[in-house]
Amino acid sequence: MIAYIIERVIQSLLVLVVVALVSFAVFQFVGDPVQQMIGQDTTPEDVARMRRNLGLDEPFLVQFARFMGNVLQGDFGVSLRTVRPVNELIAERLPATLELSGMAALFALVFAIPLGVFTGLKPQHWLSRAFLALSLVGISLPTFLIGILLILVFGVILGWLPTFGRGDVTRIGFWTTGLMSVSGWKSIILPAVTLGLFQLTLIMRLVRSEMLEVLRTDYIKFARARGLTNRAVHFGHALKNTLIPVITITGLQLGGIIAFAIITETVFQWPGMGLLFLQAVQFADIPVMSTYLLLIALFFVGINLIVDLLYYLVDPRLRADRNALERGV
Amino acid sequence: MFTQSLSRIGLYALTTAVPVALVAAAPAAAKTLKWASQGDLNSADQYMRNQTLSLSIMSNVYEGLIRRNPATLAIEPNLAEKWEIVEPTRWRFHLRKGVKFHDGKPFTADDVVFSADRARSKGSDIKGRLPGVKEVKKVDDYTVDFVTEKPNPILHVEWATWGMYSKGWSIDNKSTEVVDPTKGEAPNFATTNANGTGPFKLKSREADVKTVFEANPDWWGKKNFPNSNVTEVIFTPIKSAPTRVAALLSGEIDFMEPVPVQDIDRINNNKGTRVISSPETRVVYFGFDHHRDELLYSSVKGKNPFKDKRVRQAFLHAIDIEAIKTKVMRNMAAPSAMMIGKGIHGWSADFKRLPYDPNKAKQLLAEAGYPNGFEVQLDCPNDRYVNDEPICQATVGMLQRIGVKVNLVTKSNTVLFGEYQKMETSFFMLGWAPGSYDSWNPMQFLHRTVPTGPDGKSIPSCCNYGRYSNKAFDALVDKIGQETDQKKRDELIKQAWTISIDDVAYIPLHQQAIAWAARDSVAKLEPHAGNEFLWWYVQMK
Repeated sequence: MIAYIIERVIQSLLVLVVVALVSFAVFQFVGDPVQQMIGQDTTPEDVARMRRNLGLDEPFLVQFARFMGNVLQGDFGVSLRTVRPVNELIAERLPATLELSGMAALFALVFAIPLGVFTGLKPQHWLSRAFLALSLVGISLPTFLIGILLILVFGVILGWLPTFGRGDVTRIGFWTTGLMSVSGWKSIILPAVTLGLFQLTLIMRLVRSEMLEVLRTDYIKFARARGLTNRAVHFGHALKNTLIPVITITGLQLGGIIAFAIITETVFQWPGMGLLFLQAVQFADIPVMSTYLLLIALFFVGINLIVDLLYYLVDPRLRADRNALERGV
Repeated sequence: MFTQSLSRIGLYALTTAVPVALVAAAPAAAKTLKWASQGDLNSADQYMRNQTLSLSIMSNVYEGLIRRNPATLAIEPNLAEKWEIVEPTRWRFHLRKGVKFHDGKPFTADDVVFSADRARSKGSDIKGRLPGVKEVKKVDDYTVDFVTEKPNPILHVEWATWGMYSKGWSIDNKSTEVVDPTKGEAPNFATTNANGTGPFKLKSREADVKTVFEANPDWWGKKNFPNSNVTEVIFTPIKSAPTRVAALLSGEIDFMEPVPVQDIDRINNNKGTRVISSPETRVVYFGFDHHRDELLYSSVKGKNPFKDKRVRQAFLHAIDIEAIKTKVMRNMAAPSAMMIGKGIHGWSADFKRLPYDPNKAKQLLAEAGYPNGFEVQLDCPNDRYVNDEPICQATVGMLQRIGVKVNLVTKSNTVLFGEYQKMETSFFMLGWAPGSYDSWNPMQFLHRTVPTGPDGKSIPSCCNYGRYSNKAFDALVDKIGQETDQKKRDELIKQAWTISIDDVAYIPLHQQAIAWAARDSVAKLEPHAGNEFLWWYVQMK
């Protein structure tokens, strides 16, 4: 077990280094941050001095080595755009993104499971067909379009919800939350729905197909033969068995939600990490971009690691194989 | 951290609890102006970024010795009541008395001397405000002399965006120098706090979320603006244009800029919102590589077609500027014959564009030895000017008609402008707005011969990227830079522009329009050709 964990952790670290290297290589094409920091009359000497200070005139590998060296010492640099330490910026933005992602995931689960069960149980019902057709829209429409449509309907035409921002934020220690105020709750609805819609449709379709499959199995037939009520059969026996893949997918998708928040955050001017990243890209703000990508990679790697370890605990076959390997069989 | 959380709690209380309680009893005087722009104020330090948005926001807080009238762009006295040129290289400024900084310290000559040093400190991006200034000397508490190396008739023209810092405040808060972010320097007090003499005080700031300002009740200039009634300003960056428009339509903000061209009609047709547009002083133009013996990106080998004036004239004749104005810009542009816009000192209606005439263009090309045209690459930014890429696409079609095949390459300005600085372009789009509102600036920076080093190679310098060169023009620029007799100077300016236009040194296209949008809650505001939003001109309902 411990050997397995160590192996996985080493693999994860390797992935992180590769992500850092690739992202750093890509930044060479994002542009020159100095162009964004100067006015039109800034003298070439000043431009050259700024480039030298930033180390942009050095070879790529030297820049990369220096960046990694600083990261290992916990120094992520200073944002070129906002002139603030990057770790401070990220720490400030992380709560907004996690809160939004959490609400989006919650929204997706709360609606997806009942809808999935319903469409699975009554596949021929007209409502099921309507839900499935709608879910196609959810899967195929791009996030920014959904966001703008929601803003138009609920923000502009109906005027019920704010069109941008996070509302009033309360600070609790290092964490900031918008969930302590009415305006904060109002503000999170549209972005959370926008961000969660894709996951909602995905999970709903997953639950539906799992339900259809489970309902055909023998133990459901036996349960019915025993004279159990429909409710007990559907929710007590069928649904429980569909949930294992659902939980796995939801867990894995969480990383996706955090990463995809870039677009939603931009559309709603949500002050999270995604917006920070996009602004950094336009400014060619290298310290912020590299730190963000490292962090997102860390999320993905961490989630995958946890899922792997859970499998290891849950699935005895994995352990058996490994024991066999270690014995040299 | 402590002050930040305090201010945040204060903000929270103010925006939620207090207004609800006060709505009924609130005096009619409390007026909050909420507005949004696409970018954020990246630093509260006015000296850090020489860019319109930060300069403009902070000029509501920090005041210069002079200011510009937003309607006429004329220079007006501000913290300096009057000034005179004592001798050609010595300007004397008489400061306004009784002016106080927001922290209560009086404004004196020491602060001017200090601000001059601070503006020239290493991290400052506004060093260009004090070109060739040898010494800034305090004569007495309310008189300051600026001694220059050479006579400089336009010493003060850019000072509206050079705000005065308090010496005492800067020393107390260890902010005497501007932070240099390229060196990884940590921010200092002045990057997040401000202490000017202006009509508004910086109250709280959350980067990329909102920045709150409050009216300065003790502002010395208050009596001159009796209609100014904004008591609080909340500035929010909203990056996505459709969201910005939606926020205005839904009434969450009172004002926003820039307005996407395609949304202008919609905002005007909506009840309670309107677009305010005026030509910006920036001129968008095409430039040529005048220098290389063979263009970097062209089918013509062994010679440079752009060295032939007839080719440049042909290009100018081939561009249908009216079509660009009406079709691409939807009339949000004013075609320009000059490299400066209306409102810039030296602009004149006497100069006319060569007319759109593709036949004439073809004939000129044939005379120059290109009866079948040639191929050339056009470099164009896609995220810098209003409809920059569509303008270039339209140009490709127009030049096609005279037989010139244009290979259009569009890139983000973060990448492209770096290539321009290395002069690696043959035919390019750029825009220019002189912060000095004076002709000398584009003459010096866009036209003056690029210096060459001992190895015979050009020394990179701003911003004559096509390396236009004309000895007669250079001589005039030097004279214009030093002539203190206004009448003589104006005559020289006219001569210089005649040369530039006659040479077709560039192809000016147009002044793009500044498009602002406001709700009816904003009864009055003053558009500004330099795209500065000055809150003390705002009158709210």
